[in-house]
Amino acid sequence: MDKNKSVKVLQGNEACVEGALLAGVRFFAGYPITPASEIAEGMAVRLPKLGGVFMQMEDEIASMAAVIGASIAGSKSMTASSGPGICLKQENIGFAAITEVPCVIVNSQRGGPSTGLPTKPSQGDVMQARWGTHGDHPMIALAPSDVNEVLHITIKAINFSEKYRTPVMLLLDEVISHMREKVNIPTREEIEIIDRKKPTVDKDNFLPFKADEDLVPPMANFGSGYRYHLTGLVHNEKGYPTSNNKEVDQLIRRLTNKVELNKKDIIIEEEYLLDDARVAIVAYGSVARAAERTVKLAREKGIKVGLLKLVTLWPFSDETINRLAGQVDLIIVPELNLGQMAREVQRAAEGKCRVIPYGRVDGELINPVEILSKIEEESK
Amino acid sequence: MNNSITQYFRKEMFPHIWCPGCGIGIILGAILRAIHSLGWEKDDIAMVSGIGCSSRITGYVDFNTMNTTHGRALPFATGIKMANPSLKVITVMGDGDCAAIGGNHFIHSARRNIDITAIIINNMIYGMTGGQYSPLTPTGKFGSTAPYGNIDQTFDLAALAASAGASYVSRSTIFDVNQATRFIKKALLKKGFSVVEIISDCPISFGRINQLRTPVQMLEWIKNITVPKKVWDKLSEEEKEGKFPTGEFLDIDIPEYTERYQETCNRIQ
Ligand SMILES: Cc1ncc(C[n+]2csc(CCOP(=O)(O)OP(=O)(O)O)c2C)c(N)n1
Ligand code: SF4
Repeated sequence: MDKNKSVKVLQGNEACVEGALLAGVRFFAGYPITPASEIAEGMAVRLPKLGGVFMQMEDEIASMAAVIGASIAGSKSMTASSGPGICLKQENIGFAAITEVPCVIVNSQRGGPSTGLPTKPSQGDVMQARWGTHGDHPMIALAPSDVNEVLHITIKAINFSEKYRTPVMLLLDEVISHMREKVNIPTREEIEIIDRKKPTVDKDNFLPFKADEDLVPPMANFGSGYRYHLTGLVHNEKGYPTSNNKEVDQLIRRLTNKVELNKKDIIIEEEYLLDDARVAIVAYGSVARAAERTVKLAREKGIKVGLLKLVTLWPFSDETINRLAGQVDLIIVPELNLGQMAREVQRAAEGKCRVIPYGRVDGELINPVEILSKIEEESK
Repeated sequence: MNNSITQYFRKEMFPHIWCPGCGIGIILGAILRAIHSLGWEKDDIAMVSGIGCSSRITGYVDFNTMNTTHGRALPFATGIKMANPSLKVITVMGDGDCAAIGGNHFIHSARRNIDITAIIINNMIYGMTGGQYSPLTPTGKFGSTAPYGNIDQTFDLAALAASAGASYVSRSTIFDVNQATRFIKKALLKKGFSVVEIISDCPISFGRINQLRTPVQMLEWIKNITVPKKVWDKLSEEEKEGKFPTGEFLDIDIPEYTERYQETCNRIQ
């Protein structure tokens, strides 16, 4: 199948598996949870055939740990879970962030908090995706909005994790995970695959955490002959624990900056009919699909509405939002939570226009007509 | 051949953080002597630890090393081993690290019988955080969070590992470091999940509050509370009270996890 381009009807979770395997994922560890289990089931079928490793661990903490271990030993690695499991992974996500180990965490979001609404979609974890683990740390989070996009954005997620040596969150939700749609499966040659940078210096002069100009240090896999120490303690360029203020400051800032200063490369967003818009919808994930339809309905009625669809949620599209806020009268942010991203949009808009949240947390999707009604109500 | 174990040290990491009289250094010596006697290449060894005084060992040795999160050394090590089965993977854990927060991982690593050697430094206390009682603190002993005496039952990690599916299980002490070295060597050679628990001292966090203030007092106490397995088996339940058996409890050859996994791959590919 890798050789011929093909079109298949796939579920979102299956598309995620296809994308991950195409991107080179060869290690998956997980623990069952709705609505993410099909990703593990798909990996369990496929990975052993490809010489990769699938493991069902004893819990999500162990899954996250195993994924990081496997990545250090050289495998592109991934795990998938949902709310309660993502909570358990947080400490080790922080470990991956500070030790700069590439890995991808898929969160098929369901209603929360706690066990919440296991079989209903939600976008309630977007802030957790950014700040779930403690301390200042970098984070890349991507949110595809249809099944075809799930495949391509999964590849991006793996690539970003390798390129920037950082954990990447792929945010799906119950609907995208389980919906079936046509997917164009690309060939290996059609997609870009990025592998972690390898050290070029000789073994005696290797400093495992000395970054290149792009702020990312080359990575040596365990067993490659470059011996070094990895620790969750703040460490210096040699990888040894330090509490020297200068070295501490340097590491924490570099970790954040390697993502923030490479925003141009990481931010994926799409503008739809924004040129003459007076009202902008900012949406992401499954809600962005409804919003696209809202734009059409509004324009049929003569209301100039456009859409900014965010695929990259973190780092945040501050610059685009700020520009947009200077152009339109109103930004509306529909999302399946009580205004988590709307607050970010408000911050980035710097008061240049009104920003209105439109949140739904009853387990139902947001439909195009209700977004339109909200726009009509607010623009009266 | 250079016979000094200092060849395995990252000299720039010294001085180490351990207190004078701490047993962790003795165990580090035993581990390195066992590795040296096997002639293993540094490049081929991955040593993974959790969090605690014991877990700091990984910082000082010149292998592929990793000081992970509290209790999680084994699942990190499992990922490494599965991604690169040719690596020789060793975990070093404290008793709290292994038996409390990491207890479930310990059980499941044994159940899988994955080819990892787990060395448990059992100082019977949470050393690094200042002497709170652990699942291996003997009943009746004191800790900073057991000021009236510990009422918990003590975990028998050796019995736990054996019943959960490990291939090799032994217990030794820093009092008999030659035995400890021998056991570690056997564990390293075992194809499967191998466990060596080594009873150690912590004069600071355990000793002070339990009237065993000096390393010598602690060593004597360790000598007195441990009984070779052969003797242990003949003791009455009353005589066993407050004592711990040492020796080899399990040494069997059963299918190992990475090999089983490979067999599955071969069968379906
Ligand atoms: C998740 C988490 N909880 C608590 C701690 C604090 N902590 C650090 S070391 C330690 C106990 C260490 O005791 P043990 O594992 O017995 O090792 P020792 O220090 O005695 O060698 C604890 C509780 C932590 N680092 N992480
Ligand atoms: S606190 Fe105890 S275990 Fe930790 S270094 Fe000191 S003596 Fe050793």
